[in-house]
Amino acid sequence: MHDSGKILAGLVVFGALVTFPVWYHAAWGGPLVKPRLPADLAEKECIAPTAYMREHHMELLNSWRAQVVRDGHRSWTGENGRQWRASLTKTCLRCHANKADFCDTCHSSAGVKPVCFDCHVDPKGKN
Amino acid sequence: MGDDRRRFLKVAGVTLLAVGGAPVLTTLAQDKSSGHGNATAGAKRFAMVIDLKRCEQEQGCTLCSEACHREHNVPDFGNPKDEVKWIWKETYEHAFPSEEYSYAPERVAGPMPVMCNHCDHPPCVRVCPTKATWKRDDGIVMMDWHRCIGCRYCMVACPYSSRSFNWRNPRPFIKQLNADFPTRTKGVVEKCTMCEERLSDGLAPACVAACKAKAMTFGNLADPNSEVRKLLRDGYALRRNPGLGTLPQIYYLV
Repeated sequence: MHDSGKILAGLVVFGALVTFPVWYHAAWGGPLVKPRLPADLAEKECIAPTAYMREHHMELLNSWRAQVVRDGHRSWTGENGRQWRASLTKTCLRCHANKADFCDTCHSSAGVKPVCFDCHVDPKGKN
Repeated sequence: MGDDRRRFLKVAGVTLLAVGGAPVLTTLAQDKSSGHGNATAGAKRFAMVIDLKRCEQEQGCTLCSEACHREHNVPDFGNPKDEVKWIWKETYEHAFPSEEYSYAPERVAGPMPVMCNHCDHPPCVRVCPTKATWKRDDGIVMMDWHRCIGCRYCMVACPYSSRSFNWRNPRPFIKQLNADFPTRTKGVVEKCTMCEERLSDGLAPACVAACKAKAMTFGNLADPNSEVRKLLRDGYALRRNPGLGTLPQIYYLV
């Protein structure tokens, strides 16, 4: 073991670089911003439980896209049997009215860049 | 040895036939009527009848295209090279080049509204490599802008120039953004969808609703008692370039 010093130093540098995203965010990342909803909501319930929406909203939106555009079916039935209009702008954005306060909070910190609003219009924002 | 080789070749040949022949057979056995735009005997066949005499009463009127373009966030780039249009006006000889003769303009001069003809045999649908455009069961030639890759084959295929391409980001060129309808992005083709979003809400297409002269009538050709069928019974209508075999479904009463 002639070069154990060099190897150990190299390992330390390697470990520091690999874990860079973790410690950088812990040190300088700032607090995690949680999505915010407007205070006065017309609806009391979301179309599906929050935990499900948090994990699967993108899949649900994709299936809505397919059923509305490809098949022309515009209504979607929730688990409790309630009918909803399958529309990002006409259903979701009615409550989640502020894209900057809701969608963008998670998407920016997770580094996700969905293309929804390249075309769909956020009525409150500049988009 | 000779026997072995012969046997090997026989087995290899039969195996190749079985493996290679199966896809050929399935393709041949497939129903040709699905997907690529044969007339369906369904309950609905949406179409439009445009009364040219009524349209001519309002010379210089552009209410139909204004309403359509406002409704669907169609950008105005301000130059003909980049132009995006869903419905626009053409003179008689441009709209009906095959029916043109010197005295025709004495009867119908135009300009008249032209748009996607929602053909029964839409050539745009045949060439689209991603199925971003297809013919619905009710006859509307629909587009899925999510799927369009901007190859512009459909624009080459369409004999009516009904399709436009977004060479630039259209957002800054939309005067009045309608939040209820999406815009498109750079690199996407767009065209008239016969207002399928309005139809699903029970509304007439935007151009029909906006026409002050009541020159445009929308309806279901499969229903013999519909207004469009009545108009086609009572008058004689032209279609744009029917010789191409596209079976256009916008009818012009002359």
